[in-house]
Amino acid sequence: MTKTLDLAALFRRMTGDEKHEWAAASTVDVLRVLYDRVLNIDPTTADHPDRDRFLLSKGHGPMAYYAILAAKGFIDPAVLDDWTTFASPLGQHPDRNLVPGVEISSGSLGHGLPLAVGTALGLRAQNRVKPRVFVLVGDGELDEGSNHEAIALATRLHVTNLTAIAVDNSSASHGWPGGIANRFAVEGWHATTVDGRDHDALHAALTARQDGPNAVVATIREA
Amino acid sequence: MRQTFVDTVSAALDHDPRLAVVTADISRDAFAPARDRHPHRVLNVGIREQAMVGVAGGLALTGLRPVVHSYTPFLVERPFEQIKLDLGHQDVGAVLVSIGASYDDPVWGRTHQGPGDVALLDTLPGWTVHVPGHPDEVAALLPAALAGDDHGAGRVYLRLSTRQNARAHPATGRFSVVREGARGTVVAVGPTLDNVLAATADVDVTVLYASTVRPFDHRGLRAAGHADVVLVEPYLAGTSAHEVAHAFDDVAHRLRALGVRRDVEVRAYGTAEEHDAVHGLDAESIARSIRDFLR
Repeated sequence: MTKTLDLAALFRRMTGDEKHEWAAASTVDVLRVLYDRVLNIDPTTADHPDRDRFLLSKGHGPMAYYAILAAKGFIDPAVLDDWTTFASPLGQHPDRNLVPGVEISSGSLGHGLPLAVGTALGLRAQNRVKPRVFVLVGDGELDEGSNHEAIALATRLHVTNLTAIAVDNSSASHGWPGGIANRFAVEGWHATTVDGRDHDALHAALTARQDGPNAVVATIREA
Repeated sequence: MRQTFVDTVSAALDHDPRLAVVTADISRDAFAPARDRHPHRVLNVGIREQAMVGVAGGLALTGLRPVVHSYTPFLVERPFEQIKLDLGHQDVGAVLVSIGASYDDPVWGRTHQGPGDVALLDTLPGWTVHVPGHPDEVAALLPAALAGDDHGAGRVYLRLSTRQNARAHPATGRFSVVREGARGTVVAVGPTLDNVLAATADVDVTVLYASTVRPFDHRGLRAAGHADVVLVEPYLAGTSAHEVAHAFDDVAHRLRALGVRRDVEVRAYGTAEEHDAVHGLDAESIARSIRDFLR
């Protein structure tokens, strides 16, 4: 279990990206629930073909992600202190080739969900029924049309081992009339909306067994 | 070429469990028999080219080797950021296979022309680019492309066309010497060879043939022994000019680069041969350019 104080302290070691601090703070509860209670992955299984996959599509503000990876032992906490420097593996957008435990390089928005659909299809093609694929997107990120190609495609190709988590911190300039969950539901996803700070609600939504792709909208509001 | 590609890949799917095919409706029916045999590895995503490349990236992340196929502008131009990030930046491999070339079907207009494909891919590191001029060359180039490099990765672009030469040449990745001469070297890329041979029938030049342009065979070009070079490419003129400059970076040299014009958007339909003439890629125009260059 990740200790709150540990995570907060790790988070504070990374400075200089205040612009995306809210983006990072919005994801921290989802990440904690995922890594504490949902994902079947640890540093010793980071390359195992039957591991669960977590794809951070919303690469902006990865401080919370790095803090979790440090708390879980994927990376040395010491590397947090000089993040974004030339010699550091940690940038303001993560690179899978530089950071153990990072499944995709992200930053430009709208790439993680299509990659996640492909990952789920790739696992299915290899008869790997155990791994689950989780991808985290932001409500602003959902503006990118590439997401909607992937949302439609996932059900058309009968993907079952995929959960998309949409962190809704009201970043989308024009909002989502009708709600984000409906955007997934109309394409046949099972979609629920939960309080993004409620760990038990997140856990229940993230682990619910579905016969198709699952979308969890985690609503975050500034205190 | 397309049928050779479909047949070769369909057969390879039967014995290589790492292979997968991703299409976006183009050639969907051609791969139907293979899809019947391998429904989880032959995927048609509908008319969703961004998803086509993104899905391919995801497949590759799980260890599969995706073959991604569509019409040139819909494979390279529309999802270019996905090619850059979902393949290149993730550092995973794929084989991209286009049909349509620069203007195979001019009656469809500018929207279906892709003369900038190789130049675009040239902005990204690590891509192998094949431009075959005959179906037999497609068959020869595909096995290594499908196998990938030593790590099962490797990013390969295979540019297919309905234009083809009368006969195939060895597809070794190196330039082939088709004709030897004394006054200069003409490099013919892919389907331009027959027009180049017709244009140089009575000109004393060496003719090299290239079905692979990345990596560029600098050594083969130098070995031809001339620093006066005419480059004839079936896509944007001068796409490989920097490669010629690299080959001769320690000696004075001259280059005339022929290809699809950069200075004009040709707002016309008609035939590919008529477009050849507009771009100076028909035999008569090539001959005139070479005579003028060597004067």
